[in-house]
Amino acid sequence: MDQLLINPDYPHILSTLIFLPLAGAIFLLFVRNESFARFWALGITSLTAILSVPLLAAFDSSTSKFQFVEQINWIESLDIQYVVGIDGISILLVMLTTLIMPLCVLASWSYIKTRVQAFMTCLLIMECAMLGVFMALDFVLFYVLWEAMLIPMYMLIAIWGGPRKIYASVKFFLYTLAGSVMLLVAIIWLYIHNDYSFFIPDMMWQNYSSTAQVWLFLAFFLAFAIKVPMFPFHTWLPAAHVEAPTAGSVILASVLLKMGTYGFLRFAIPITPEATMTLAQPILWLSIAGIIYGGLTALAQSDMKKLIAYSSVGHMGFVTLGIFVLNTAGVEGAILQMVNHGITTGALFLCIGMIYERTHSRELRDATGVGKHMPIYVTFLTFFSLSSFGFPATNSFVGEFLILAGTFEHSLWLALAAIPGAVLAAAYMLRMLQKIVWAELTILTNPGLKILTSVKS
Amino acid sequence: MQFLPELTLLGAGFIIFIVSLGKADASKSRSIAIGLGSAIFGATLFSFNQTGMLFFDSYQVDLFSQFFKTLIAGSMLVVLLFGNKLKGIPVKIHPEYYFFLFTSVLGLMMLVSSVELLAIFVSLELSSFAVYIMVPMRDDEGNFRFQMEAGIKYLLFGITATGFMLFGMSYMYGLTGSTDLSVVITELSTMWNTPAAVISIMMVLAGFFYKLALFPFHFWVPDVYEGASNETTAFIASVPKIAAVALLTRFMILISSNGQAIINILMVCSIASMFYGNLSALVQKDVKRMLGFSGIAHAGFVLLGLLTFQITGYANAIYYITGYVLMNLACFLVICTVAGKGENILIEDLSGLHKRSPIMAFTLAVGLFSLAGIPPFVGFMGKFMLLTGALKEGYLLIVILAAINTAIAIYYYLSVIRVAYTSDPNGRALISPSVLTSGTSVLLLAAIVIMGINPQFFINYATSVIQTIM
Repeated sequence: MDQLLINPDYPHILSTLIFLPLAGAIFLLFVRNESFARFWALGITSLTAILSVPLLAAFDSSTSKFQFVEQINWIESLDIQYVVGIDGISILLVMLTTLIMPLCVLASWSYIKTRVQAFMTCLLIMECAMLGVFMALDFVLFYVLWEAMLIPMYMLIAIWGGPRKIYASVKFFLYTLAGSVMLLVAIIWLYIHNDYSFFIPDMMWQNYSSTAQVWLFLAFFLAFAIKVPMFPFHTWLPAAHVEAPTAGSVILASVLLKMGTYGFLRFAIPITPEATMTLAQPILWLSIAGIIYGGLTALAQSDMKKLIAYSSVGHMGFVTLGIFVLNTAGVEGAILQMVNHGITTGALFLCIGMIYERTHSRELRDATGVGKHMPIYVTFLTFFSLSSFGFPATNSFVGEFLILAGTFEHSLWLALAAIPGAVLAAAYMLRMLQKIVWAELTILTNPGLKILTSVKS
Repeated sequence: MQFLPELTLLGAGFIIFIVSLGKADASKSRSIAIGLGSAIFGATLFSFNQTGMLFFDSYQVDLFSQFFKTLIAGSMLVVLLFGNKLKGIPVKIHPEYYFFLFTSVLGLMMLVSSVELLAIFVSLELSSFAVYIMVPMRDDEGNFRFQMEAGIKYLLFGITATGFMLFGMSYMYGLTGSTDLSVVITELSTMWNTPAAVISIMMVLAGFFYKLALFPFHFWVPDVYEGASNETTAFIASVPKIAAVALLTRFMILISSNGQAIINILMVCSIASMFYGNLSALVQKDVKRMLGFSGIAHAGFVLLGLLTFQITGYANAIYYITGYVLMNLACFLVICTVAGKGENILIEDLSGLHKRSPIMAFTLAVGLFSLAGIPPFVGFMGKFMLLTGALKEGYLLIVILAAINTAIAIYYYLSVIRVAYTSDPNGRALISPSVLTSGTSVLLLAAIVIMGINPQFFINYATSVIQTIM
């Protein structure tokens, strides 16, 4: 237990962050007033965001131990604990989650008109589960939250989603659940081979046999690769992204996808280091495939949400590339890229959502030339797009640069194969920008556009 | 005092018999039945801590039996509470229906206390015969007579299983010279690997497998579930399974882990149950049939817990079956409430349930997610503990196969939830559940969540229950 640090100044801060949204969600079950539900959800998510700020200030970056730890026995007969703590990897993702959630509530403010209370309840439960996943240091606690998250996310897509919401939501649910059942077996195996303990830090850096490590790694890989999603397990992502309401897309892009890569960093590498070394090569090439495939597919999309969704496949390919080159630059870059992709892609989905909310079309040609009428909007869109393809001086540049630097260090061929991905990213983003910002507003058949032109900014 | 729950049941049977002599009135007989059901539940609680041996040591009253009696009485009460005026049963035979319900429960309660082969047989038959009659009591809507078909199937399969059981018991008696369970098993334990002992045990277990709907004694399930009225199915799907698990546990504890041949057979039964149940459930359109197949799969999971031959494994099995009954009852509550005239419910009949009755849709969703084994509900915790226990014993392959089954199962549960939550009502009527039904569903939901989040309390209790019969 020497990997744990309890911060006496903030003894219960992590639990507060997890359970505040849950309490808010339970309260919402008894609320009948829709606009009160909106304000309540905004209040709770904002309060969570504000409460999470002290984490950043009090975080001790000089140690790799888990901090702000809280530990309570949960199920004694199996030695399952409620234990939460964060380290340098999780604090960024926790902050990302708490800061993105108020934006999700705001993005749904006028777009969600039916069953507002239920929608906000789902958002709040999502926040509870997502924060819990990043903080959990007990494998059962982790798994419970990891799976429990599926229900509200399924509901978000299935009830408030677009035209093909049923297909998208069921695919999302089945894919992610099927991926994680073997994770459960792996967890139980680890429990038995660690003196009957589910405590995650105790599982790391143990001498499991090579064969066992390979099987464990494959179980981890199946669960996390689907969540990332890595090529060729990515097919649920475009469907889910496209059909989800804006808030759902933002949560998916900003937080859910990061759970896969977080899983690789938190579990796959420390628990099965040997297997990671052995199996890194094929995974690296899968990442390259994802980068190129995502880029090429994004280039061919006429649907803006799909375009961003496939760009996510490409960007997440960079992240897994960075993780599995297994050197400092690569992993650091991957962590940065995780956070930056969360910010940038979340922002892009918000932008697309603004257009969709007004025109009810995600088609690129229906949005052609709106830049002429929405100068402020377009400024932001351009800014986020530049960030998305890693333009120097934007956030994504740092992460992508570090990943590529790490890849060069690892293997020249791999790096050469990854470079086209960066070029493709610029190509598809600029294509979208060109259509939206600079093209002439030619088609006025879409009645929604008339409304749009009156909105101005 | 030791016999109080059974006596109360007998008394309840007599009262309802007297009621059946007068003119039948749906709501009157219902309130009487609910009153009697509560009295029975109260009696089980009252005699909870009783211990003792009755009837020439063939009837054991201990914490184990009283615990299961309370569970049985509780779930019977829940079935009575949501069986809204027995919509599927002709009004004039309502009192008779309740009479047979109480008789069946009496048999089940006696079953969990029986520690002698003939007592086991008599109580099992008492509970079965009452249900044989309850199944064809359904309204003959449309003159299809398929409740008769269901009744006959149930009867024939039941008799066959009983035949197996009796034959096995005769072997046991022949091998050991006694019908006392503890004597029988001690004697048998010296001959675990002789074919006669294995065959006799398997044949006796067949009787319980039939009650539990475990492969290969599951064939009656889909047709009987479909043919019986919704309330009867709710009863068959939950209450007898509790008693079957109780008796199986008694048997398994005595078998101990020596009989490798039996263990292998049971393992195959367990895995085959899961695959058969889950794969067949994938293509069902009738919700009751689907739940029937899902029940077969869940029976396989319960057996997995018993197969560990550890106290924790038995406790997990008890935890699992209790959770299963809770979530199953939650689903049947919705079915009974949605079926306005007591008709069978197809999956598409649940269309737009979230608009027609939000609380029913929510109950259904929680019940099904829990059956599918999604946290934080009791279904997940139960499955997780069973898998942990099985892997501790080194059954890696079995655990992997069970995990694969979890992934298969989610599809059909999800497809029902999908219909309830994402499709439009298309003119289907609104549903306004009564206060009693809503209250019951809230209770069930609370129990599903609380047992799922805090299993420790229940597991501790189940462990101490098991210890009393070890």
